[in-house]
Amino acid sequence: MFDGVNGHSSDGQRRPAEERPHRPSAGGERQHNGHDHGPRHRAADGVLDLKTYASPYKPTWCPGCGDFGILSAIKAALVELEIWPHEVLIVSGIGCGSKLPQYLYANGFMTIHGRPLAVATGAKLANPKLHVLAVSGDGDSYGIGGNHFLHTCRRNPDITHIVENNQIYALTKGQYSPTSEPGFRTTTSPDGVFEMPVNPVAVALAAGAGFIARSFAGEPKHLKQMIMAAMQHPGYALVDVLQPCVAFNKVNTYNWYAERIYDVANDDTYDPTNPRDAWERGTEWGERIPIGILYRREGVPPYETNVSALQDGAPVERDLAKRLDPVLLEQLKRAYV
Amino acid sequence: MAAEGMHDDLSLSITIGGDAGQGVESSGALLTQALARGGWHVFAVPDYRSRIRGGHNFFQIRITRRPSLSHSDPVHLLLAYTRETLDVHKPNLAQGAAIIYDDGLRVDGGPLATEGFMPIPAPLTKIAEEHGAKVMINTGAVAAACGVLGFPLEPLVSLLHDTYGHKGKKVVEANEAVARAAYGWAMEHYEGRLAHELRPGRGHMAGRELMVLTGNEAFCLGAVVGGCTFVSAYPMTPATPILEWFAARERELGVVTKHAEDEIAAVCMAIGAGFVGARAMVPTSGGGFSLMTEALGMAGMCEVPVVIVNVQRGGPSTGLPTRTEQGDLLFVLHASQGELPRIVLAPGTHEQCFEAGWRAFNLAEKYQCPVIVLSDQFLAAARKSLPLDALTLDGVRIDRGALLTPSELDRLDDSYRRYAMTETGVSPRALPGHPRAVFTATTDEHGEDGHITEEIDLRVAMMDKRMRKLEGALADMRGPDLYGPADADVTLICWGSTVGPAREALPLLAGQGVTANVLHFTDIWPFPVDKAEAALAGVRRAIAVEQNYTAQFARFLRMMTGFEVDGSVRKYDGRPFSPQQIAARVLMEVGARV
Repeated sequence: MFDGVNGHSSDGQRRPAEERPHRPSAGGERQHNGHDHGPRHRAADGVLDLKTYASPYKPTWCPGCGDFGILSAIKAALVELEIWPHEVLIVSGIGCGSKLPQYLYANGFMTIHGRPLAVATGAKLANPKLHVLAVSGDGDSYGIGGNHFLHTCRRNPDITHIVENNQIYALTKGQYSPTSEPGFRTTTSPDGVFEMPVNPVAVALAAGAGFIARSFAGEPKHLKQMIMAAMQHPGYALVDVLQPCVAFNKVNTYNWYAERIYDVANDDTYDPTNPRDAWERGTEWGERIPIGILYRREGVPPYETNVSALQDGAPVERDLAKRLDPVLLEQLKRAYV
Repeated sequence: MAAEGMHDDLSLSITIGGDAGQGVESSGALLTQALARGGWHVFAVPDYRSRIRGGHNFFQIRITRRPSLSHSDPVHLLLAYTRETLDVHKPNLAQGAAIIYDDGLRVDGGPLATEGFMPIPAPLTKIAEEHGAKVMINTGAVAAACGVLGFPLEPLVSLLHDTYGHKGKKVVEANEAVARAAYGWAMEHYEGRLAHELRPGRGHMAGRELMVLTGNEAFCLGAVVGGCTFVSAYPMTPATPILEWFAARERELGVVTKHAEDEIAAVCMAIGAGFVGARAMVPTSGGGFSLMTEALGMAGMCEVPVVIVNVQRGGPSTGLPTRTEQGDLLFVLHASQGELPRIVLAPGTHEQCFEAGWRAFNLAEKYQCPVIVLSDQFLAAARKSLPLDALTLDGVRIDRGALLTPSELDRLDDSYRRYAMTETGVSPRALPGHPRAVFTATTDEHGEDGHITEEIDLRVAMMDKRMRKLEGALADMRGPDLYGPADADVTLICWGSTVGPAREALPLLAGQGVTANVLHFTDIWPFPVDKAEAALAGVRRAIAVEQNYTAQFARFLRMMTGFEVDGSVRKYDGRPFSPQQIAARVLMEVGARV
């Protein structure tokens, strides 16, 4: 099981050494000299393993942060799925967890607060060959980005959405979030939260999402499996990750989650393709918190399959010189004669 | 006035007015297109309210032998679908103007005739019911107008076949029958009665092919030849037709077209698409642009090419949703926190809309930054006739700037640095997907490899690098165009769409003894200061002509050059300037006697 104190993975392994080949500067980040980039072109050696995804930069997360487990799980999932760094695009928002693309070697785009799903959708529609992941926290995904969450669920582009749900705003140093529970005291909820928390599973289900999973940052192997299943699902896939914030959330700790979570995969009677079952489990929260694949709908093609403009090739594959064909312009102009 | 038809400067204006839902704009479009098919140049502006049913709408068409640059007052023929239309438009009617209305409207023609107008009560309902169906009353009205004008019926009939062909033979034939009956009635009773006539042989170019399209449509054609492959937007008047245009041709043109959940999503989708290599565009209006400002900064910071089209409408806030204004100039120049490289273009004519369509994408990719195209409701919705050779591929090219080619990517042997320092500030650009060019971007300040930094020297170097791109872009910016005599007492300073009516005002001013010219700016940012100063050197008396309250361009011009205008003619009622309005206001400004 996981080590709730140091947040390392359940098998006790520390982050591989190649993740920190450079000594951090005083600011916690690698000194940048503009030239030192280390070995790259990793596809050239033909070996795909965790080293392939190693970044020269050391995360600035707090020791024990749940984001470490999420980063490890994403890398492990990509390796296991045999996806190379150049084949993936990880789009994030703003927040502690949204710094994640900075800490692995892969295409990444850290955008603005709340908008990674929209940016990811644009990227996916322009180049469907990319494996597109959207990664951001609960404030980013369920708060400021709530509208995009809702509409990406029903739109169903083939994007894997990993939400680092720590029930707190951490980068701004501890304000309550859309998933904070009633009574939770923070600097902006001194009397305790008296709003209902967002239940992302129920919202995603209601909004038409085709794949909804929940996992726990303290269970990197389970998390890896969930991410892999999400990436293998054709269409939008939500992985809501329970993620302890060791600095600002003293309620929802590693132990708090560990005492409550159970994997629905261990329940033979559970049918994740049944939306009623999914609703029942998805709304279960408190003494027991279900993790695993809570809902899966098969047979619905992702959004981009129905986009007519993609039938003859993606925007990034178009030969733009063909637009300079006088016959095309003449045709367009004729419609106005 | 009859003689006017013999001159090259024939200018005949028609207004069709009625309630929303009565088909005013479709009637107007039909008549406009028919006139162009008959070889006449047209310039037509719709005037409608932000509602689907009820309220007065109108459509004003100007007919000329040579291309015209705007609509024009007064009106010589009024097609009134309601009695209210008479009251609203009577003040803008020329002496002797004809007024066609359904005889069922129970208008007393006597007083109209006394006032010097020519009332034409036409049995339009009766004709429609007799020869087709009541719903075809507009077809009859348009045909009657053609008859009164002495304009041949054939162009209208051919257009009815093209327009209603998809509805089946019966509908087409009924419409044609209604048109022929109404036309016959008008010819029988009013042939030769109107001073202005559009008979064949009166000097227009019969057989010449003209297309009639809006500014929005001209922009869309330009964007197509410019290689646009991605459009995302949230519907907002008056930019919606751009989204609809691409949606209707999505498959045919291979342009991914996405109606997003809001404007923030729309611009972020376009930035995501631009980031991976699409030529992406977002049409919107001021309200939508307001929502996009944070993402605009992202495109600037992450050096992502994206084109944002702001078709301005009356503000502030919801303002005048279906009307025109040039109120967003200073806003788009400064929108988003911090300082970022951006390029702003303000086309003023349909031809310039077409050009902006392809040019914007080249500039966005060449300088890896957002490009904002400022249009407005007047330009976007105005239908203008153009010879087919007005929009060509001459000069059109697709310039993707420092985009690395596949072979260049294959040859990369050093770590790829997306934000590599260069003299021009433009870094060689890879798209995600190549094994030798894996990179990250971030909206935080970053180093050459896209990793977050707060280091002082790097921050400064990166700001310098990004902003340095504007020095290069400046060379691509055009100076103002001068129209009219080089030596003039008064210079009208214009930007964007006011150029049309301002140019049309020049002969009116000349008629009043004021020699004037027009200095028109299309390339706003980075501002071509040297070219502007050179053009302003000979200006004796400058009057800014703008569709806003604060003379934004004049203030901007002063900020950039120190040049102060001597006065301004401003309009912020949501209605476009007519040449007559500009001329009258300029005369007031210069103190000349009208």
